[in-house]
Amino acid sequence: MSKTFSLGGIHPHDNKISAAASIENFPLVDTAYISMSQHLGAPAEPVVAKGDIVKVGQLIAKSSGFISANIHSSVSGVVSSVELLPDLSGTMVQHVVIKVDGDVWMENIDRSEEIVGEIKLSGPEIIAKIAECGIVGLGGAAFPTNIKLSPPPGKKAEYLIINGAECEPYLTSDYRIMVESPEQILIGTKIMMRALNVKNAYFGVEDNKPKAIKLLKKIAGKNYPEIKIVPLTKRYPQGGEKQMIEAITGRQVPSMGLPIDVGVVVQNVGTALAVYEAVQKNKPLFDGIVTITGNCMTEQRNFRLRVGTTFDTMMYAIGGLPKDAVKLISGGPMMGKAVCRMDAASVKSTSALLLLTEAETKRGVESNCIRCAKCVDACPMGLEPYLLNRLSRADRIEDLEEHMVHDCIECGCCLYTCPSNIPLLDTIRLSKAQVIKIIRSRPKK
Amino acid sequence: MNTIIFTIVSLSVLGLVLSLILYLVSQKFKVVEDPRIDGVQELLPAANCGGCGYAGCRAFAEACVKAEDLDKMYCPVGGNSVMQNVAGYLGVKVAEKTPQIAVVRCNGTCDNRPKTSNYDGYSSCAVMANLFAGDTDCRYGCLSQGDCELSCKFDAIKMDPLTGLPEVDEEKCTACGACVKACPKMIIELRNKGLKNRRIFVSCINKDKGGVAKKACVVACIGCTKCQKICPYDAITMSNNLAYIDYNKCKLCRKCVIECPTRAIWEVNFPVRLPRVEKAPIIDQK
Repeated sequence: MSKTFSLGGIHPHDNKISAAASIENFPLVDTAYISMSQHLGAPAEPVVAKGDIVKVGQLIAKSSGFISANIHSSVSGVVSSVELLPDLSGTMVQHVVIKVDGDVWMENIDRSEEIVGEIKLSGPEIIAKIAECGIVGLGGAAFPTNIKLSPPPGKKAEYLIINGAECEPYLTSDYRIMVESPEQILIGTKIMMRALNVKNAYFGVEDNKPKAIKLLKKIAGKNYPEIKIVPLTKRYPQGGEKQMIEAITGRQVPSMGLPIDVGVVVQNVGTALAVYEAVQKNKPLFDGIVTITGNCMTEQRNFRLRVGTTFDTMMYAIGGLPKDAVKLISGGPMMGKAVCRMDAASVKSTSALLLLTEAETKRGVESNCIRCAKCVDACPMGLEPYLLNRLSRADRIEDLEEHMVHDCIECGCCLYTCPSNIPLLDTIRLSKAQVIKIIRSRPKK
Repeated sequence: MNTIIFTIVSLSVLGLVLSLILYLVSQKFKVVEDPRIDGVQELLPAANCGGCGYAGCRAFAEACVKAEDLDKMYCPVGGNSVMQNVAGYLGVKVAEKTPQIAVVRCNGTCDNRPKTSNYDGYSSCAVMANLFAGDTDCRYGCLSQGDCELSCKFDAIKMDPLTGLPEVDEEKCTACGACVKACPKMIIELRNKGLKNRRIFVSCINKDKGGVAKKACVVACIGCTKCQKICPYDAITMSNNLAYIDYNKCKLCRKCVIECPTRAIWEVNFPVRLPRVEKAPIIDQK
């Protein structure tokens, strides 16, 4: 019997049309645009200047604060400039632009295919290595992994949960990782368990991926009995951090709290692979698995894509933008961000590129709320989206806080299920940003 | 008969006792309110717009009565005449304030500033600004969704469907500041109405370097500092590649307007001098 979370959720068609496409290496690009803001927190500070020659995996920017991460070059060549360029939402971000010249890797990176199972480093050494290699959470938020693996004083992690739900429709990058490198992910999990000093780990996978579950169960049962593979019901947002913790451990993360408050640390499958590569193979995080998919495309692809590839280049590699594609989404259809500039470049946490046609993206005409409460049923956080929408439009910030708008995880279930096409998520997300700003600005007790 | 008398007497006694209690309670918990507050409130325009900085006309009237000095109080809707009436009623003097008006500091029309992406989400500037930098290359300019129009209680600011920019109606605008607060890009500014309603201002807030700004919008301020150099009154300051004209120092000589290479400086309500087309090539004339 598959486990699941208790409240809300929806069942969109999963559209995993790219699941069968195995991971290919993306062709080398001409110029890489590497953003200095690929993670949550302070942007990294560039340590290279115009004219410097860099190799693949060389440190090009240093972490510049407590919450920040190192950035390494994904290509080899000459730095042609360090300048402000727009990211996918048009915000200006410092970029290191590298003109590619060959493919020379740093000598200390182990590029062999051989799987290294033995973990030599101790807990603190692992965390230092992860920080050095600039690993960030690849589930979407890009939170620096080394900070997540060092719980604040007074808090102790009991469980590590590896998130392999991939509940968003269309995305298959995590699935391909689980099918193609299951052993590596499990070793990555072991490494993080040692860093956190926990005895048990759970590996949550949605049950629409039976092949991955079978494979992982087989390997884990044989070599890693302390990692339990947990099949989860196919239901969106099963892969939400809070939903997954509730489904597997039955614990609820408190409002405005973190998973560590209930003794849990959640890491994504992609992060587990990155941790394995960093600790065992000495390879910093400069590439990731990216699904390029869409019903309008003739061929679905999964790529191992280096950071700093522009969306233009990606479209070129798949043979040009399909004629009827009108919208490009970085991420999944539910929580992904629409790309507003084709000259923006991919970052560490880019997991998919979804092409949608006009018919697929078109919003219906908004009409009045009919009080059907479908949004209330669908909300996985137990909020009342119809009410939050009304309060938000009336700018009633205090009432919004009282109705816990800051607990919204922006999963979009309410918008998906609304029969009146009310832009619930848009208004709620705006108010959430305002309320969180106010809460953070209050003096701490 | 007895029953009737008894009823009347008992009800009267009951009424007297209760009214006595009510009287005592009302004396005990009496709220002393300055009668002048009502008087001041009657003089106010009753728009309840909040443009004065108080919660409404009543709150403003209370504040006026309490305040020793009316110079800091100003009702933008009523203007100087209402403030003179209030001052006269309260028996104090108040200095004349220069009337202000809202100006839109963006001229990124569809021709001047081509769209680079299509926004098909909820029509609200605040929501749009929360999602991304904007649907043109300029990340400072107007988002054209009309939050200012919705915020205006006087019907004074309207979106022009041709340009996609808000237009301020000079007759109706009271400078209450509602649109200034509503605009997430902070494009709208309150400026002095100026002599004979004539104003000069920089109609751009793009802080990018010249080349980037010009590429995004042909009428952007490119930070060339030409206007600053030519200004005889030191009214123009430059910061972050952007010129700003101080309306208190500006003497409306219009030298900067002629000097500006991108036609980013606007003159309003002056007699026509040059046909604008000759001076400002639009994007299709490359």
